[in-house]
Amino acid sequence: MTLLAIDWGLLIEKLVLIAVVVFGSLGIALYTTFAERKVAAVLQDRPGPNRAGPFGLLQPFADGLKLIMKEEIIPNTSNRVLFILGPGLAMTAALMTCAVIPWSSHVEMFGRKIELQIADINIGILYIFGVVSMGVYGIMIGGWASNNKFSLMAALRGASQAISYELAMGLSLIAVLMLSGSLSLKTIVEEQMAQGGLWNIAYQPLGFLIFFVCALAECNRTPFDLPEAENELNFGYHQEYSSMKLGFYLFAEYVNMIMSSAVMACLFFGGYDVPFLDESTLAPNIAAIIGVAALLTKIVIFIFVFMWIRWTIPRFRYDQLMNLGWKTMIPLALVNMLITGAAILWKAGV
Amino acid sequence: MQALTNRAQAVNRKPMTIMEKLYLPSIAKGMGITFSHIFKKQPTIQYPEEKRPFSPVFRGLHVLNRDEEGRERCTACGLCAVACPAEAITMEAAERLPGEENLYREEKYAARYEINMLRCIFCGLCEEACPKDAIYLSETFAPANFARKGFIYGKDDLLIPDPTKDPAGFAAAKGEGQ
Amino acid sequence: MSTIQILFFFLTALALFSAIMVLVSKNPVHSVLWLIVVFFAISGHYVLLNAQFLAIVNLIVYAGAIMVLFLFVIMLMNLNSEAEPRKHIWMKMAGVISGGCFLMVLVSLVRQATDMQQRTALMGSGNVGLIKNLGKALFSDYVVPFEISSVLFLSAMVGAIVIGKK
Repeated sequence: MTLLAIDWGLLIEKLVLIAVVVFGSLGIALYTTFAERKVAAVLQDRPGPNRAGPFGLLQPFADGLKLIMKEEIIPNTSNRVLFILGPGLAMTAALMTCAVIPWSSHVEMFGRKIELQIADINIGILYIFGVVSMGVYGIMIGGWASNNKFSLMAALRGASQAISYELAMGLSLIAVLMLSGSLSLKTIVEEQMAQGGLWNIAYQPLGFLIFFVCALAECNRTPFDLPEAENELNFGYHQEYSSMKLGFYLFAEYVNMIMSSAVMACLFFGGYDVPFLDESTLAPNIAAIIGVAALLTKIVIFIFVFMWIRWTIPRFRYDQLMNLGWKTMIPLALVNMLITGAAILWKAGV
Repeated sequence: MQALTNRAQAVNRKPMTIMEKLYLPSIAKGMGITFSHIFKKQPTIQYPEEKRPFSPVFRGLHVLNRDEEGRERCTACGLCAVACPAEAITMEAAERLPGEENLYREEKYAARYEINMLRCIFCGLCEEACPKDAIYLSETFAPANFARKGFIYGKDDLLIPDPTKDPAGFAAAKGEGQ
Repeated sequence: MSTIQILFFFLTALALFSAIMVLVSKNPVHSVLWLIVVFFAISGHYVLLNAQFLAIVNLIVYAGAIMVLFLFVIMLMNLNSEAEPRKHIWMKMAGVISGGCFLMVLVSLVRQATDMQQRTALMGSGNVGLIKNLGKALFSDYVVPFEISSVLFLSAMVGAIVIGKK
């Protein structure tokens, strides 16, 4: 076959990696729903779900089964195609982010050097932004296609919130990019891993804070969960949804959480770097496994913080949200960018 | 306007200071409070396995009592039905026939005795009205049911186990076993 | 046919089909969604030309921000096929003729342009589109137009705020 000259080994390697990453993140998301309930319970002095299986560990499967078995209702006046497309888009956009996240360095298997990253493109971070901005469509299309006033209101809220916070998020990132001089996540991580290199959080505490707040807003997590504000919008943009389509929306939120935790870990906390450990002295396979474990630990910690915040802080009002986004976050991010630029220039001795 | 109690406080409408506008200190404080709750003791009781003791004055489901020889105490005098504010109790009296002395203590007994648990307000007035100590309220409550019919308790549901045949059940129903 | 060519033809077909669907769709929301598909196809072309930065910026700016605002407006106005004013058949004919003339002018221009003749696009190679080279070019060769356009953006922003303050 000269028509399709493809490196089949590479193709298979990447397909396997995609399958592992996608199903792995879905599995983690499954258990994140369980963790959410457990964390909420523990923070509120109660034991949480503990009936299904030992310690309630089978609870997510019971929940999933319930969602699948429930009756699927598509409202008569809804736009059928878009109604079905909405949750699919939300889920796809959430999962697509995982393509550029470096899960670890590389493993050596079957005589091949396999990179544990689906695609190391030189615009990694911009790719994430592109995908995140696609995530809005899942909410907007679903909310509009439901043909329900509350859903539409929630969809519009969600979209304007996402656009507002994307700006501050991008600006806070520029400072990190100026430090690393690359858009590739792998390069950014490797720079933090290098001997004597500190994690970016040491240089960019303010940038991290802004990024974290914006990530909360992008994931529609409390205190910024206005698109699903129960008390004013009934149930938000997924009000008309039932069964697994609702499950997809709820699930996409958790996948988004995992992905944004992974991105934050890579950008500010050294990705798969273990502090005070020189990975280059280890065998590559062992280093890779340790790296994956380190990244997963960081992700779990971030997810816990997400949940901890959710069960502490009440929801912002919409005008407070917009004020915070436009009048606080963006100026702060700009100042952070200017200071970083000045510091880099001063250090370079211009 | 005069305040009814001295607990009323005027709402502070001062504009927020810069520290308050930052939100961060108060958020950190709040998160500290929620984090400290991780280590607090959980007051949860795992219900079916673990039960909370009822208070001794708890008024639950009714029990029709028997005497020590296992004879029904109730004589169907109807005082409980009259005393009942919710009109939940109905009964039909019958005369004791010769040879039934081991079943009923007096010459008259209740052939049918029904309490509608959906109407009952568990006030305990029937217990107080009864001259024969035949009815009292136990320390259990009515379990859930699928139909209204299931909440109309007849004699089979209400009678205490016979102390001569099932002493353990009798003791448990009287609340002495625990 | 190489993989790149197959991808090229697929993306072209997708772009043309969805562009036609933008025009044909009765529902404005569907039109906007098809337009987003067009942007995706075009971004795919950019990637084939090894212009990754352009591809992703196209997605972020057009598909991610501008189209969201379009959708916003259309959803809020609740446009549908009934609300659309009936146009006379002559109006439609006039539109087709003028649009066709414009297309002809464009095609003949491209055909006759000397620097377009006998040239093929660099598929999957060339690194002008990579962000590093693009940034260097923007800040050295094209620094004046770049700065002028930034002033333009600033004035547009100030204008928007002034209108918003009213």
